[in-house]
Amino acid sequence: MNMPDTPGNAFTKTGAKTVAIRAEGLTKGFGEGETYTRAVSDVSFEAYHGEILFVVGPSGSGKTTMLSMVSGILRPDAGSVSIEGQDIWSLSTDQLAHFRLNTIGFVFQDFHLFPRLTTAENVAIPLIIKRHPWDEAMSEARRFLEIVGLANRADVPPVKLSGGEQQRVAIARALIAQPDLLVLDEPTASLDGDTGRNIISFVRSQVLNDKRCILIITHDSRIFEFADRILNMEDGRVTGIEDGGSHVAHEGV
Amino acid sequence: MFGILRIAYKLLANDRTKFTALIVGITFAVFLMVQMTAMFAGVLSRSSATVYNVGASIWVMDPAVQTVSNSIPMPDAVLDQVRSLPGVKFAVPLYSGGGLVKLADGTYQAVTIMGLDDTTLFGRPQMLKGQIEDIYGESGFIAVVDSEYTKLGSPKVGDEFEINDNRARIVGLARVASNGLFGVPSLYTTYSRALQYLPNTRFTTSYILVEPKSAADIPAIRDGVARIGYIALTRDEFVSQISHFYTFKTGIGTNLLMMSAIAFIVGLSISGQTFYSFILENLEKFGALKAIGMTSRELITMILFQAGFVSLTGYGLGTGLCATMIWLARARLPDYASIITAGNLLLALGMVVVIAGVSSWFGVRRVLRIEPFDIFRG
Repeated sequence: MNMPDTPGNAFTKTGAKTVAIRAEGLTKGFGEGETYTRAVSDVSFEAYHGEILFVVGPSGSGKTTMLSMVSGILRPDAGSVSIEGQDIWSLSTDQLAHFRLNTIGFVFQDFHLFPRLTTAENVAIPLIIKRHPWDEAMSEARRFLEIVGLANRADVPPVKLSGGEQQRVAIARALIAQPDLLVLDEPTASLDGDTGRNIISFVRSQVLNDKRCILIITHDSRIFEFADRILNMEDGRVTGIEDGGSHVAHEGV
Repeated sequence: MFGILRIAYKLLANDRTKFTALIVGITFAVFLMVQMTAMFAGVLSRSSATVYNVGASIWVMDPAVQTVSNSIPMPDAVLDQVRSLPGVKFAVPLYSGGGLVKLADGTYQAVTIMGLDDTTLFGRPQMLKGQIEDIYGESGFIAVVDSEYTKLGSPKVGDEFEINDNRARIVGLARVASNGLFGVPSLYTTYSRALQYLPNTRFTTSYILVEPKSAADIPAIRDGVARIGYIALTRDEFVSQISHFYTFKTGIGTNLLMMSAIAFIVGLSISGQTFYSFILENLEKFGALKAIGMTSRELITMILFQAGFVSLTGYGLGTGLCATMIWLARARLPDYASIITAGNLLLALGMVVVIAGVSSWFGVRRVLRIEPFDIFRG
C-alpha cells in the first residue's frame, strides 16, 4: 500500500501528535421508509499515532456502526474516512480488502477463531492470506504467540484455551500483519475483571507503539484508566471527547 | 494460494464428522451410480456378444430384427443377391439358433449354436484345443470355454453328447471375445450341420455376413440390400440397434437410469445438506476472514476447493469400491455382467461435479451475502 507523504494528506501535524485516522461527517442509517433508523449522524473525529482511543456509550449509541465505517467494513451514507492519508471509501471492494489486510487488525468480540485449526494456524491466517509461505507464516505465528504469552499453546485448538487466552490469540492474529490500526470490539466483555484488565494492560504495554493507533469499543468503565482519550457517543452522535486515565509508558510490538 | 487452500483443507478435514459424512455420502452415491451404469454396460456388451465375436463388417438381416438373438430367417436366394451387389468383396451365411443338449447325466441344457459358413468358416472362434478344420469331422462341434462352459459338464475334446437327438462330438475348445447375455453355453459347427441338427423353418439363413471391398462401398451395399427388402447394418450400427432395444424397449435401461438418478439424488442430498451445514457452521468465521481482508474470490476458491476435494475423494473411493465389488463378484459369479467403461466413469464424474457445484453454490451464496459488519456487531 503506497501511502501519500505530502503534508496535510497523511501525517498531519497536530502539535506533537500525527493523525492516523480522520473521520469527517460520518452518517449511516438502516432500513427504508418508516423503518429507517439513523445509527450514526455526522460524526467527526481524529485519532493519533501512539494513542489508545476508547469509544464508549450505551447500547445502540452507534459505536460499532461508527467503528465499522472507520475500519472499512461498512460503507457510510455520507462522510469520509482517511487512514494514513488514504481515503478508504474511494477504494474498490478488493482494494479495500487488501487495505484492511495490510493496515487494520481486528479483534472481534467473540474472537471468531477457527475451532478446527490450531492456535498457531489461527494466528497465521492474515499472513497466509498475504501469500506468505506456510512455514514462514507458522514461524511468525509462533513468535507472536510467544509475545502474547502462549508459546506453549501453539498446537492446541482454541477451544481448549480459556477466554483470556483466546482473547490473546485473537490479538496475536490481529497483530501478526503489523497493522497501523488495531480495532478491538468489547475486548473485556466476556472476561472477568482481572483478566480484562490484564488484557488491556498487555495491549497498552506491549501492542501500542508510536506508529500504531488503537481503537477500542467498550462498556467496561473498569478499563477506562488505560485510555489516552475517550470518545463518548449517544444516539449516534459524538457527545464529547475527554482524556483518559492513562499515563503508562509503553514499548510496543 | 496454496496456504489458503491448505487452510481450507484443514477446516474441512478437521471437522471429522462432517468430513466423514461428506465422503461417505459421495462415495455411496458414486458407487451406486457406477454400479448401476456398469451393470447396464455389462448387459449391453453381452447383448451384442455375437456381433463382436463374429466380427463381420456388415450384417444383412430382416428389417424386423431387433437383437442378434432373435434372427428372422431369410431365403437362401438373398445370399446370392447380396453377393451380386457391387462393392461386396464376399458374403457368407451365418446360422444362429438355440438347441437342447442332453448331457451324460441325462439332464438337458439349452445352448446357442452358431453355424459357420462351410467354405470359409468366417466368424470362427479362437481355438484353444484342436484345429478349426476338425469342425468338418463327423458330428463335430467346438465348445466355447467361457463362464457357461461348466454348464455342459466341462467337456473335453472327444466327449460326446446329444443335440436334439443327434450325436454330437466335441472336436475342439475355443474362446470368444465376449460372453452372451442369456447365460447359456455356445457351440460352433458348420452352417450345414447346424441346419441338419436343428429344426428349421422354410427359410434358414439367420444373417448374411458381408465384407465390402472398401468402406466407401458400404452406402451402395446398404442401398442394394434395401432394394431387395432387407437391411444392411455395419457392426457398430447393429450394436447400437441392440443397445437401443435393451435400453428403451425392455425396461432395463429405464430401471437402471432411475436407480442412477436416485443414487444421484441421494448423493446430492447427503453431500449438499452436509456441506451447506458445514458452511453455515463456519459462516461467521468466513465473515471474519472477509473483515480481516480476504476477498470474495479467495473465499469462493476455498469453498470450491473444499467441495471439489470431497467430491473427487468420494469419486475415487466410490469407483474403487465399485471396481473391487465387481472384481469380487466375478471371482464368485462368472456370469456377472458388469463393465466399468470410460463412459460410466465420465457420467459419474459429471454427476459428482454437479453435486459439488450445487453443494458449493448454496454455500458460496451464503458466504458472499455475509457482511463483515454483521460479524463485527455480533
